[in-house]
Formats: sequence, C-alpha cells, structure tokens
Amino acid sequence: MSQTLYLALCGVCTVAVLIGINCMSKVKSAVFGNALSALAVLAAMVLTLVRYGVYSSAALYASLALGLVVGVVYARRTEMIAMPQVVALLNGLGGAASALVAGASVINGTHGVFENATSGIALAIGALTLTGSLIAAGKLARVIDSKPKVLPAHGLITVLLTVLTAAAIVLQVLGSGLWAVAVAVLALVGGVIFVMRVGGADMPITISLLNSLSGVAGGIAGMAVNEPLLVAVGGIVGASGLILTQDMCKAMNRSLGAILTGKTTVAAGTASGAGAMAAAAASSGAAQGKKVSFDDIAAKLRSAKKVIIVPGYGMALSQAQKEVADFAAKLEKNGAEVKFAIHPVAGRMPGHMSVLLAEVDIPYEKLCMMDDINPEFASCDIAVVVGANDVTNPAANTAEGTPIYGMPVLRVAEAPVTVICNFDTKPGYAGVPNPMYSANNALLLLGDAKVSVAKLSACIPG
Amino acid sequence: MSPLLLVAVFVVSAVLGYFIIRNVPALLHTPLMSGMNALSGITVLGAMAAVALSKGTLALVLACIGCFLAMVNVAGGFALTHKMLSMFAGHKEEKK
Repeated sequence: MSQTLYLALCGVCTVAVLIGINCMSKVKSAVFGNALSALAVLAAMVLTLVRYGVYSSAALYASLALGLVVGVVYARRTEMIAMPQVVALLNGLGGAASALVAGASVINGTHGVFENATSGIALAIGALTLTGSLIAAGKLARVIDSKPKVLPAHGLITVLLTVLTAAAIVLQVLGSGLWAVAVAVLALVGGVIFVMRVGGADMPITISLLNSLSGVAGGIAGMAVNEPLLVAVGGIVGASGLILTQDMCKAMNRSLGAILTGKTTVAAGTASGAGAMAAAAASSGAAQGKKVSFDDIAAKLRSAKKVIIVPGYGMALSQAQKEVADFAAKLEKNGAEVKFAIHPVAGRMPGHMSVLLAEVDIPYEKLCMMDDINPEFASCDIAVVVGANDVTNPAANTAEGTPIYGMPVLRVAEAPVTVICNFDTKPGYAGVPNPMYSANNALLLLGDAKVSVAKLSACIPG
Repeated sequence: MSPLLLVAVFVVSAVLGYFIIRNVPALLHTPLMSGMNALSGITVLGAMAAVALSKGTLALVLACIGCFLAMVNVAGGFALTHKMLSMFAGHKEEKK
C-alpha cells in the first residue's frame, strides 16, 4: 500500500471518530456515534494489519481474539452500579497496553532520539495510568478504603518521583535501554502515590484525568512506533479527558492542584464547621415556626403540583433508583410535575446520576442540570433529597474557609419544604455539617434511602 | 513520518477534539467518558505494529500482552458504552 493511500485512509478513520464523538452530544444519535467510533477502530486495525502484512502471526490473532471475548463478556456482565470502577479498570488496561508498546519499542532498539524519548515518556505515562487507575478502581469498588491516605512528606515524594522518572527517561534515551526498567518501576510507584491521597468524592475528577492520561500515553506511544492514526486518536482522547476534568473542577470551584493534593476535607465538627452551622441557621428564614412532621410531609406530597427530586451518591449506594422511579411515577399519576436536579459532581463519575436514572427509565428530559433547576426550587412545593449532602449544602455560600466554600450548590434550601432521605446526619465527604438538617422546614428520614423513599411513596394514593 | 509532523497531528487532533467534545452536555458525560475510554484502547494499533516489528521473543511477548489488554479495553469499552446508551435511548422507544 502506498504511503499516500495509507495516510488518506488514516484521515478517513480520524474523521469517522470525530463524527462519532459529535453524534454523542445528543441522546438520539449517541448509539450510532458509538457504533461509528467502534467501526472506525476496527477499520484502523485492518489498515494496520495490511500495512505491516502480519497476516500469519498466530500469536497476534490469538491475543486479539482473547481480548475481544474477555472485553465483551466482562462488559455484558457489568451492572450499572459498578460502572465507575469498571471504566477505571479498563482505562488502566489501556495505559498498560501503551506502556507495553513503548517497552517493546525500546527492546527493539536502534532508534533515533525522537523514538527513544517518546518511548520513554509513553512508558512512564502508561505505567502511571495503570497503577493510578487500579487504585482508583479499588477505591470505587470499596476494595480499598476510599479515604485519602497521605504519607509524611507526600508532596516531596511526588516531586522526587517525578524528577527521578524524568532523569531515568533521559538516561534511557542517551544511554542504555535498560533504564526503561527504572522508568517503568518509578512510574508504577508514582501512580499509586498520586491516587492514594485522593478521596472517594473527588474520584470523578481523578478518573477523567486518568482517562486523559491514557489517551496521551497512546498518542505518544504512536509517535514512538510511527503510527499517525494512534497519534491522532490519542490526542482526541487526551483533550476529552481534559475537558471533563476542567468542567468538574469548575463545578466544585476548586483547582485541580487542590484536589490532587488531597486538600479537600476537614475533620467533622471543627470550628469552621460549627460556625457554618450557626451562620446558616441564623440566616435561614425558615428557622422560626414549628418543625415539620411526617404527616405534614405526607399531606404536602398528596397535594403537590411540583416536586424536585435531588439524587446523590447515597441513592447509588443504597440502589434506591427503582424506588425513586416508582415514587416519581406515583407523584405524576397524582397530578404533580416531577423534575430531577442533577449536580455536575453528584456521584462518583461524571454524569453518574443520569446513568442510574436512565437505568430505571426516567426520561432524559426530566433530568435538569444545576443552573437550569436552581431558580425553580423556590417555586416548587416540596424538594426530596435522596442521598445527597455536600452538593446541597447551603453552607457553601456562607462558611468561609471550609473546603466547599464557593462551590456552586443546588439551592434546595430555598424550597418551601424539604424531605432528606440520608443514611445519617454525619457531614458529607467534605466534612462540613449541613445546616438544612436542623431547619424547621426540613424532615430528616434517616436510614436506608430505599426504605425511606418507599415510605414516602406509600403516602400517595394510587 | 517526520517527528515534527507527528507532533503536529497530535496537536491538531487534540484541538479539533476539544471543540467537538465541548458540545457534549453534562448529562451525557458518563457515556462520553466511557466512549473515550474505549477509544484510548486505539493503542491496539501500536501493539499490532509492535508485534510486526518485534525482534526477539521478549518484545513479541510484551507486544502480544499489549494487544490483549488494548483489545479488552476497546471491546469492553465500546460494549459498555453501547449498553449504557441503549438505556438512554431504549426508554423513548417504549413510550412512543
């Protein structure tokens, strides 16, 4: 095949991938977009096969076929609840593959400086992505404790590892290829060090970042083995991960640096937390009057014209989405308008809540993003919080000095009446007490969200 | 291809991707991320090239493991994304 034809076909595949991604911006065309991207990858594989003429390598076919079967079977068996950790795990495998490509390229040897340098960099980023993703997956699957773990002099260790890895890459380029082993080991350790200090609630950001890195690793590995298509798609994936990371940092009003260095939690009940509580309680107009009772809430639900449901990670944990869907259906049958308020960082991965609600057939149109729904809280009859805490905490507007200060939140506190179905009254992940819990117009239903939501459903006739 | 050209390809596609992906609404971020994750398995091309170019057993073994892992990433990623998207789309068909 001529070089020109090959490059032209590479261009076609890249454009197909871009069109596929473009289709993913709408629900209607997303399935097609995904299929188009998959087809483009398949075409690219055939193209590569033809380019190198490796038709007769049994080992190649065997490893590809095995990978295909394992991947598809694994995806089919995955339950929606396990989605975040599975995405993290698959991402790690992609990183590992890029690292192996780079490693094989180093072993083959006798390249120019550019190939050696890109091999080294791809090896480092790929290896970092592998262990980082594995730790992230472990934390999400709760195999590993999801609390941030900070070593003494953690920052220093990180800097030291980065410098050493860079030094090893330089030595591998200029000196012996054997230094690649050092690059790999240092980067593998680096991945662990890097993710261990990130806590569970910051995982959406970490996963997007790792996703971006695995794309970058692939792209740079593509430079090492002179594979323009790999370079192009790697660049696209890298950019997408970066956008998601950026978006979520904005949604949390925090810098990426603060999240990666674990500066996102305070101990519960600290002075600032208590201050937040007092400040918010004082400013809350609902502080006067009698505390609402369950019967008040039941009556409100029966007569409600507009209900806003606020799902959070607690809904995922208790697997309450089915009960939430039933609850919403009953409210609608009773003549109420039901909307779901989705915070950009609710859950453990970007868009987590929309996937869970889609699983139980909640129409996509009823899911409202924060900026669209926030003005509506004041005009709804009742807001129902299901397992969300930090993303609804009004203290974010008032409690200066706490980790969530300045984070845009769902303005649930503006709703005339609120039911909160949370497991306990402990502060959320950020460690800042939620003053809504003690407000007179809020009823707390503690315990399993599944049970609490079913109890609310039972209040509505029909 | 010359190194400079390869770097240019990387930058141009990253910029193109950036502008296309910015249009994806936040509610579809999970399928987007999962789809991007599948795409990052495109490194399977590199692994295939590495199989073709490998000199000696060690390089071949590493390249084959690379093929396997990247293929799990690609196949698993696309299958997972499809499953997720069918849930979004499936609802509409039932209702209408």
